[in-house]
Amino acid sequence: MKGAVINLAELRYSEEGRLLFTAEMKEEYKVLVPQMAPFHFDLLVEALIQEGFKAELLDNIGPNLVNEGLKYVHNDSCYPAILVIGQILDAIKNRGYDSHKVAVIITQTGGGCRASNYIHLLRAALKKSGLSHIPVISLNISKLEKNPGFNPSYKFWFKAIWSVVYGDLLMQLYNEVKPYEISDGESDRLVEQWKEQVKYSFQNSSVLNIKALKQNIESLIKDFARIPVADTKLPRVGIVGEIYVKYSSVGNNNLEDYLREENVEIVIPPLMDFLLFKLDYRALEVDWYGGKFIKKFGINLIIRWIEKLRDHSRDLLKKAGFTRPIEFVKLRQLVKGIVSRGNRMGEGWLLTAEMIELIKSGAPNIVCAQPFGCLPNHISGKGVLKTLKDRYPEANIVVIDYDPGASAVNQKNRIKLMLSNINR
Amino acid sequence: MNIGIDIGSTTIKLVCIDDDNHILFKTYTRHFSKVNEYLVTIFAELMASIELDEVKISITGSAGMDIAEQLAIEFTQEVIAATVAVQKFQPHTDAVIEIGGEDVKVIFFGRTIEQRMNSTCAGGTGAFIDQMSKLLNITPQELNEIAKDHHKVYPIASRCGVFAKTDIQALLNQGVLKENIAISIFQAVVNQTIAGLAQGREFKGNICFLGGPLTFFSELRKQFIKTLKLKPNEVIFPENSEYYMALGCAMNARDLAPVKIQDIRKKLSSERIFSAVTNRLAPLFNTAAEKQEFLARHHQSDAQRIALGNYAKNIYIGIDAGSTTTKMIAIGENNEILYTYYQYNYGSVIDVVKEQLLHILNHKNPASAVHSVGVTGYGEELIKAAFNLDIGEVETIAHFEAAKHFMPEVDFIIDIGGQDMKCLKISNGAIESIVLNEACSSGCGSFISTFANSLNYTVEEFSQLALEAKSPVDLGSRCTIFMNSSVKQAQKEGADIEDIAAGLAISVVKNALYKVLRINSAADLGQNIVVQGGTFYNDAILRVFELETGTSVVRPSIAGLMGAFGIALLAKQHASDSTSMLPYADIKEFAAESVITTCRRCSNNCSLTISKFSNGNKYISGNRCELGLGLSTRNETYDVSKFKLEYLKKLNSSKHPQRIGIPMVLNMFENLPFWVAFFNNLEVEVVCSSFSTRETYEMGQHTIPSDTVCYPAKVVHGHIEELLDANLETIFYPCIVYNFKEKQHPKNHYNCPVVASYPEVINNNVSRLKNVRYINPYLSLNEKKVFTKVIKPELESMGISKSTREIKLAYETGIKEYQKYKQAIVEYGQKALEFARKNNKKIIVLAGRPYHMDPEINHGITDLLSSLDIITLTEDCVASLADHSLSQVLNQWTYHTRLYDAAKYVAESDYQGIQLVQLVSFGCGLDAITSDETKRILESRGKIYTQIKIDEMSNLGAVKIRLRSLVSTMNERCSD
Repeated sequence: MKGAVINLAELRYSEEGRLLFTAEMKEEYKVLVPQMAPFHFDLLVEALIQEGFKAELLDNIGPNLVNEGLKYVHNDSCYPAILVIGQILDAIKNRGYDSHKVAVIITQTGGGCRASNYIHLLRAALKKSGLSHIPVISLNISKLEKNPGFNPSYKFWFKAIWSVVYGDLLMQLYNEVKPYEISDGESDRLVEQWKEQVKYSFQNSSVLNIKALKQNIESLIKDFARIPVADTKLPRVGIVGEIYVKYSSVGNNNLEDYLREENVEIVIPPLMDFLLFKLDYRALEVDWYGGKFIKKFGINLIIRWIEKLRDHSRDLLKKAGFTRPIEFVKLRQLVKGIVSRGNRMGEGWLLTAEMIELIKSGAPNIVCAQPFGCLPNHISGKGVLKTLKDRYPEANIVVIDYDPGASAVNQKNRIKLMLSNINR
Repeated sequence: MNIGIDIGSTTIKLVCIDDDNHILFKTYTRHFSKVNEYLVTIFAELMASIELDEVKISITGSAGMDIAEQLAIEFTQEVIAATVAVQKFQPHTDAVIEIGGEDVKVIFFGRTIEQRMNSTCAGGTGAFIDQMSKLLNITPQELNEIAKDHHKVYPIASRCGVFAKTDIQALLNQGVLKENIAISIFQAVVNQTIAGLAQGREFKGNICFLGGPLTFFSELRKQFIKTLKLKPNEVIFPENSEYYMALGCAMNARDLAPVKIQDIRKKLSSERIFSAVTNRLAPLFNTAAEKQEFLARHHQSDAQRIALGNYAKNIYIGIDAGSTTTKMIAIGENNEILYTYYQYNYGSVIDVVKEQLLHILNHKNPASAVHSVGVTGYGEELIKAAFNLDIGEVETIAHFEAAKHFMPEVDFIIDIGGQDMKCLKISNGAIESIVLNEACSSGCGSFISTFANSLNYTVEEFSQLALEAKSPVDLGSRCTIFMNSSVKQAQKEGADIEDIAAGLAISVVKNALYKVLRINSAADLGQNIVVQGGTFYNDAILRVFELETGTSVVRPSIAGLMGAFGIALLAKQHASDSTSMLPYADIKEFAAESVITTCRRCSNNCSLTISKFSNGNKYISGNRCELGLGLSTRNETYDVSKFKLEYLKKLNSSKHPQRIGIPMVLNMFENLPFWVAFFNNLEVEVVCSSFSTRETYEMGQHTIPSDTVCYPAKVVHGHIEELLDANLETIFYPCIVYNFKEKQHPKNHYNCPVVASYPEVINNNVSRLKNVRYINPYLSLNEKKVFTKVIKPELESMGISKSTREIKLAYETGIKEYQKYKQAIVEYGQKALEFARKNNKKIIVLAGRPYHMDPEINHGITDLLSSLDIITLTEDCVASLADHSLSQVLNQWTYHTRLYDAAKYVAESDYQGIQLVQLVSFGCGLDAITSDETKRILESRGKIYTQIKIDEMSNLGAVKIRLRSLVSTMNERCSD
């Protein structure tokens, strides 16, 4: 800007030399959030905005994402890392952001999978592209990496949980109504309308007002139940796999759109189960590897509390004629004798459990999506298919690898094989 | 009438059947990616031979999906089509193996039908066989013919054409007979099919063979029959086997609405019906002037040429016996170029060199004399021994020498050959770092020539076409196998050949720059760049390289001959009074004979090729160590991986009535001392599987569910089979998520996901485990109390009832034994370090994982190091001597913590003769993260980062070049 006084925030570093996100930056910087799960992240970003961050959800897509990623990330890294980092770099370079006025936030899970290293790969990539002045914030529940300017209040964490609850609901209802809606686009409109309504309630009612939350959920479900639908039943196809390629259309070559065109009903397991899965192993570890009892107790308390809340919506869903999502504890039981509950890297046992639940709940047709060479999925994805097939002969599972160079034709052909098997 | 059209990746099959399934018309045509045009012809033929009006029609095949959509014809997935046809015509089939151009499909019938296709990898397909026969310079049919006369099968990596090529090249260079290579290629296809698609289900009962390759190659069928141990009555090889999918497709069409065939024909010929989804890129030149400037700059003369017959002074000859090509050059006293030769060597390198040497001797001026001859490249040692040449040198040094000639201040050399890529970074007149492509040949030239040929163009035409491209297609930058499909996609969308050619050139360069070299900007490369290698003759590649890096580079006019030129220069520098080369008469009479034997001098059992030359010289190859060369005395040396293997071998379990089996795999290479002591203390005998061999891998390959997992994990399956054969009641293989906490600074102490939970994969995929007790609990060895609590019930389920006290005691003994082992390694390392310093020996810290010491997994790299007179240490010898706490990545895996710490130790060592080489298993996702960090640590202190990727292929050619170059650089540094 010509003539304007350029006033840059001071760059401060942690003891280990990590660039910090400061309070000053909170005032001045835009915080970019890479997209993953469209039903959830909209709400999550709103929760950030309400904390006073100038948060923006990235919506840039296209081949340049992969190109940027490949250029700055080790090419043998997993595909999600390449895409997420590619999306961030593409946005900063081509979307007119002032690189001295942006920060990036990404989630960090902290497990034994290489995904915990995304943030470091992102920093390295920023450095390589001459953008090392951009601070990167880690959003995690493992107390990794603190930042003076990133101290969201308790309200944020509640809103984050609600975002996942609402997001899961919207995703399920949309998937169950969309293929049957009589007036085209009605479900899409309702999703948008409800996203706004949720955002409004985030702003205007107390996060601890559980009653209001439950009321909201009730009318949300009712609204979807009111959409006029055709009286047909399409085959149900589940999508499971590595978390990013499972939810993100950028990661899975628009898998959901493709499947919908093929006239099936899509079933995508809830994101909340993934979070509970990540929590659950921390409690388990106390028994298996040692630790404080209070930790286990606390975690189980949180899980029970969230589950109780979900029970409310589970019952309402069932009442309204929708699928009743399985309880987390029951989900955990499903893998007994196949994989251990101790299998917790990446998607761990959850991946196997989700496949079994899909098979049992009338969606034995499954796309198991993963980045090429995904380590945990060797174990609980591809590694369990034989057993699943033995136990559930109706299982019709196709494993699809996603990769910067993988051809869409190849992927489609394999999915077609799975689809062709539905009606035989 | 029902019509089924099967459009595969290379061929179109069409059948027309009546309602009783009688074939009225069939055709099998290669389509060269011009599916539309060929379909028009085929339809014309069809309609000329039968009168047709309304037909029921369906399309199948990997390349048929889009066309079906655009012609509004029902698509039948090809596996479904095959299933339908087999059920109808061969109802007694238990399993189908169908090999197509780029697909392999397997169908298991039985209680439920299971259908599988190969994943995105094209290894083991028809295209693979085509590619391999091209490498032998014969047609696929001839390949089948010569395979009939084989007498030995060699292991060839089958997963990927790229790896297989490397293996085959090595065999060719060793002088292995083509007959044997041919059969080995077929066996590789068999192995790939079983390893990739059986996934725990065995091929039993009646097996039906379908598809082109299995129809046309009798020897391929025979290898399948032999490997699967099928009885003659179990083999189903139906008539029309190549048409089965088209048949099934036609049968499937029966339920469809009839359509007018004229309409389809019209649609086909009338319009170009394809829409574009492939991304397009900017053209290589924006203006004609730009192109002129570029061509003028690169087509200047840079070397003096004199005809061989007109040169009367001393002649120096350089030979570059490369993996796919042989390059030779003769130069004069002032480096005048007198003669050049560049040819694919289709097999025998010796014959090519002999012929060329004779040619030079015959055509030179009688007044001149050959003064010195040097050789470099893959075949260096063989050729040097055969013709008694003056000098041999590792190719990197030769290339550097040649580049210096054209640009004395050169600081970066990139050489892209047929399937090799070398990049040399030069600083202070010495090679500072070397990057070679190992596991991957994407970004190399053979890729372009393969494509050009398959589209019926020469490489030169293809290059010229690329320069004309208006909007090159974006083909991405990854494996060539994936690229195949991208190209096909572009073709389907009707992209012009110019745009595809340019797109390929762009991909090659991007692969080279970003995948192999991993550069971010031109500044990473250097100021003075020399590009060379045959691939750079391609002006399009050269142009893209300059565009992509934003630099202007020097391409010598003899870009493809630089290795030969360099070694000729070196031969000249080191010339003595006269050449040692065989005299003319001897060369003329020269003959080589090779015998293949197995070396019995140690447990490696290397397959040796002994080449006996008519001059009495002998050359032995295939050996991993110098024992095979018949040298019995070894110099005193230290090799810690040998020490570790011996240590583990000597861990004798005490004998007890109760026995359990433990597989000698992955983390067991480290934890075994613990488990043996632990169980012995509880009065249980431990039976271990033996160290891996190729056979171990093959024994278990049918139970591997994921063909992209690393080789160390794949061999686990064979170890389990071995234990199952040993009549044990119990097999114990625990899941260890957390490793020992060794240091304070790392954020965590994980094992990688594969090491941590591979026991579960075994549990879910090895069906024979039903017959034994298989115990695979999740355990941590870190804390006595928790360990005892968790393992107690597990022990009870194994029938081992012990008190908590006894278990705790056993744990303590186990930990002591474990620490003793770790300590012994450190002490051995200390001794080795002292010895090296005292005797001025070079040390390489071979840093990988504990299981990389398995000789089958490292393929004898340590022996190779010993033969180069290098002392081998591993990361755990020195990791305890340094702490790399300032990691820029999340330091959370114990094995990697050791890697970083070892790198830091090496980086900070005051001893000049120590370097680190990182071993990386192909498919290891974690090492994408660790390798950059390790490199950073080493280079921050001016050490050289060397990475060696290892997989199931056992060819050490590239590894040898790299290690020899490293040694030569170390030598130079030490002498400074």
